[in-house]
Amino acid sequence: MLDFLSTNSFLIAQVGILVVIWIGLQLSAAVMVYAERKVAAYLQQRVGPTRVGYAGLLQPIADVVKLLLKEELRPAAADPFLFYLAPIISATAAFAAFAVVPFGGSTTLLGLLTEPLPLHVADVNVAVLVVFAITSMGVYGIVLAGWSSNSKYSLLGGLRSSAQMISYELSYGMALAAVLVLANSMSLRDIVNAQSGSLFGIPQFRWFLFLQPIGFLIFFTAGIAETNRAPFDFPEAEQELVAGYHTEYSSMSFGLFFLAEYINMVTVSAVATDLYLGGWWLPLVPESWGWLAFLAKISVLLFFYIWMRWSLPRYRYDQLMAFGWKVLLPVSVLNLIVTAAGVLYFGL
Amino acid sequence: MPSLNDYLILSAVLFTIGTAGVFVRRNLITILLSIEIMLNAVNLSFVAFGRAFGTIEGQIIVFFVMTVAAAEAAVGLAIVIALFRHRESLNPDAFTALKW
Amino acid sequence: MLFYFFGALAVVASLLVIAQRNPVYSVLLLILSFGALSGLYVLLDAPFVAAIQIIVYAGAIMVLFLFVVMLLNAPHEETDYDERTHPMLRPGPMRFGAVLALALIAELAWALARSGTPNTFSSTPVTSVAAIGRSLFTDYAFQFEVTSVLILVAMVGAVVMARREDRPGAKR
Repeated sequence: MLDFLSTNSFLIAQVGILVVIWIGLQLSAAVMVYAERKVAAYLQQRVGPTRVGYAGLLQPIADVVKLLLKEELRPAAADPFLFYLAPIISATAAFAAFAVVPFGGSTTLLGLLTEPLPLHVADVNVAVLVVFAITSMGVYGIVLAGWSSNSKYSLLGGLRSSAQMISYELSYGMALAAVLVLANSMSLRDIVNAQSGSLFGIPQFRWFLFLQPIGFLIFFTAGIAETNRAPFDFPEAEQELVAGYHTEYSSMSFGLFFLAEYINMVTVSAVATDLYLGGWWLPLVPESWGWLAFLAKISVLLFFYIWMRWSLPRYRYDQLMAFGWKVLLPVSVLNLIVTAAGVLYFGL
Repeated sequence: MPSLNDYLILSAVLFTIGTAGVFVRRNLITILLSIEIMLNAVNLSFVAFGRAFGTIEGQIIVFFVMTVAAAEAAVGLAIVIALFRHRESLNPDAFTALKW
Repeated sequence: MLFYFFGALAVVASLLVIAQRNPVYSVLLLILSFGALSGLYVLLDAPFVAAIQIIVYAGAIMVLFLFVVMLLNAPHEETDYDERTHPMLRPGPMRFGAVLALALIAELAWALARSGTPNTFSSTPVTSVAAIGRSLFTDYAFQFEVTSVLILVAMVGAVVMARREDRPGAKR
């Protein structure tokens, strides 16, 4: 038994990483449910859930149990295959995008492994494009949900939401391209390692956030629009469209959409951390403990997500589209040009 | 290990399926989809040849073909929308008269 | 082995695309076929082409098709005869399809008989994205710029052709 473990230790470690990411993402969704309600509450000067468990910590479990026990409804005129396929596509795309995101340097698990294990599921040399591609696939979950529900609110919400997502993908891609110009590689691990230099004499601090602040803002704004979160959440706004594309869903299908939205938020935060915030590099933190720094940075970005949802008013749909096309896209193209000029003339 | 011939045969099969779709189907949107199948079959043989001769030209041509296919799909669908608005039908047999 | 899996998936999905009655299913099956082709591109050492196949074709063009299908909302081909019989089972398509299939079989038999020594792939693939970028911006720079003009023209054309003409006095 120990013999088997030691000869196949690398394979077992890889499978272990898969399991860790799988469970970690679902745990993060649960933590986000709790965090959102607590942070929203404190922003609104109330306390949020306190009854379930100590300080309301078991609230996500209560939510999941409630969702599982609800009746699964489907409108009679809805196409059954597409109706159940849509949340599956959304959730699958949300999880799959995390397959190429590295979340730490190499670790030897405190000496248990013979060779250092890099902390990612797969290191693809076009990882940036793969993330982009899988995010584009996530649009289909929403479009199909809107169409197959066979109801006016859902169709309108689905079409608006997918039009919004594909419009903001352009600025997303342009901000990505500016980072590629700085980092000279499409592999996320190389991009993070390019940020491990020193800036102003502080080691491991050459984050692209400081070299391209506007690029970070563009990327994060486009990311918020991609995940359909406030202030860009018109297509699923309660006051406007009942619930947009997930009006007709109940129980676990709705739970899957819910899960997909939170995991999309985590993925966008993780990719933003890798691209702009230096991934797992933090001054004075050794590389093998970098994954803790990564978690901390993701938490900061997720806090920003929640903060913005509960502080900013919602954009109307035409304002949203005008902003995406007329403001964000030209600014991102300018950002790319300025970055390229900077690399060429100043050797950034 | 598949050889170049295997990829070319696959490309030919896909191209024929696309052509059959264009001739057989009586729905404008399905006809456009069949054209996309044909374009993809051609892309596959370009990449296969590029790989066989060890050059990058195959992938460059595919880049341009994809761009042209995107532009053609957009314009084609705009035409379909305009036609549908006029005649309320997606059947190409409904547009047999030259008179608008 | 993966080649046969992806190839079979692409062929089956394409056959189902042209055999489906409902255009929404056709679009979804075509996306599946594009995914299989993307896998084939990865097998051919072209990861960049595989990624942009998903981003551009499956992620953008097919969304456009899906939008148009949903907006037009005309899922069935008309006439009672069309309602009763499946599109592929009518006399015209059956005869034409038979002729095409015979032609394909003859062509494939000829191709397979001719291939004495199978063309093997060269052993040094050029796969880096850097090589594509270098070539695009130096040797093919003119074509690259022309495609950007092409996309602009297509965009303007699509917007002009799809707008409504039912406001007689409206100035646009």
